[in-house]
Amino acid sequence: MEIPRHWRLKQQRYSLVGEVCPHCDNKIFPPRDVCPNCGGEAKELYAFSGKGEVYSYTTIYEAPSGFDTSAPYTVALVKLEEGPMVTAQLTDLDNTPVEIGMPVEMVTRKMRNDGDERGIIVYGYKFRRRT
Amino acid sequence: MRKIAILGIGQTSVDEHWDKSLREIGGEAAFAAMQDAGADKVDALFVGNMLAPLIDGQNQLGTFFSDWIGLWHREAIKIEAACGSGAAAFRAGLMAVASGDIESALVVGVEKMTDKAGHDVTAALATAADADYEVEQGVSFVGLNALVMQRYMFEFGWRHTDFAPFSINAHANAMHNPFARLHEKITVERFEKSSMVATPINLLDASPIGDGAAAAVIVPAEKVASMPGRPRVVVAASASATDTIAVHSRKDPLFLSAAYDSAKRCYEMANVEPKDIAVFELHDAFSIMTALSLEACGFAERGKGVRLGLDNEITPAGRVPICTRGGLKARGHPVGATGMYQIVEVAQQLRGECGKTQVDGAKIGMAQNIGGSGASIITHILKAE
Ligand SMILES: [Zn+2]
Repeated sequence: MEIPRHWRLKQQRYSLVGEVCPHCDNKIFPPRDVCPNCGGEAKELYAFSGKGEVYSYTTIYEAPSGFDTSAPYTVALVKLEEGPMVTAQLTDLDNTPVEIGMPVEMVTRKMRNDGDERGIIVYGYKFRRRT
Repeated sequence: MRKIAILGIGQTSVDEHWDKSLREIGGEAAFAAMQDAGADKVDALFVGNMLAPLIDGQNQLGTFFSDWIGLWHREAIKIEAACGSGAAAFRAGLMAVASGDIESALVVGVEKMTDKAGHDVTAALATAADADYEVEQGVSFVGLNALVMQRYMFEFGWRHTDFAPFSINAHANAMHNPFARLHEKITVERFEKSSMVATPINLLDASPIGDGAAAAVIVPAEKVASMPGRPRVVVAASASATDTIAVHSRKDPLFLSAAYDSAKRCYEMANVEPKDIAVFELHDAFSIMTALSLEACGFAERGKGVRLGLDNEITPAGRVPICTRGGLKARGHPVGATGMYQIVEVAQQLRGECGKTQVDGAKIGMAQNIGGSGASIITHILKAE
């Protein structure tokens, strides 16, 4: 059970909120307090559109504990339209093949159960094919 | 800074040591190194380890081991840099002796991984990555490397089978290393048909975990006349560099910038070039890491690391011998111990103790240890004098 941690990440998990650098306008996700582009301080919030494309992908057969019941599942590096890359699962694939360059959009999905069967259910972002 | 010599080396076999504890494995390598050095005490102990708090429920490894091996009352500390912990500990020991603050150090890399079930170990290994933004998405440590490999194959046009020579070479060399985890030759056919872990990485792209420990005793070089019958092995260069913790934050996920930075510094420090390196023990946790390491360290152009394997240049008789004792792939990858195995193995090559995988006349060797998916990389160059 890590309730404060899940609560703390809610803006990122549910709304893909990152930051925009006030000095160079670089869009940042996940949020970090130093802009990786110019090194300036960046704390201004910025909501991403959730649109992007697949930079790379992998189907995971041997999953870490907490995810074993979901395997196999596909994880991608998604290049967001605004620039940064995000690691996320792909969903709603319906057995159609994934390709590098495939357009995707963010959706909210169940990620896993936290701890035992009485633990909370963690929700977060995944990406699905965009037509 | 003083020049440092490696006075003694020791290692345990990498295996599923169900009959031995974390203590016993680390102790075995430590005692072997002390005996090889002909030393009965050292000033300080540096321990490289990643997973003991997670798998063995044991932290405070500095005192834990100084107590076990009888180095009471001395400085002892654990260094952690994920799978790069071994080399990070070696560098810490090196700095302490080189600075003149102490006169000798014992460095032990140790990992006991087989006391927990597979998915727990998978979860523990994932702590090398970004917990909030990588691991929370369900990506395993193998998965992160798979994302890099998939993109590499896409960008540079390689097929999965083109990576086979890396694993075949590692397995062939491990046949002659009694300390190696795997003693079985593999073929291209087996490589292609091995079971999938995270596409495109299959079991034969990936290094096996295991229990193991490797150790070295280091002292100022001026205190060591060359040992009878074997050359003096000195540390010619040591450097450490970092990249972002998460793969998705890298400007170029297909370039190991920390390998480039630490190797470049080492080349300058030792005044050598890649062509002078007779043996290169690189961090082949996954076949893709071999390709990226060869490229970042100046042995191949970008996107062409795979070519060195296909051209048969990586064997002990080739132009760029790698994984001469089996590498992570076949010697095994007891994560926090791996960096020290590499130091020990390069020292063995420079002493001429490698039998059938001995690189003829090896005088300069390099060891490169990676923590995380390229997040922290420590490079050392050793020389025989
Ligand atoms: Zn900026």
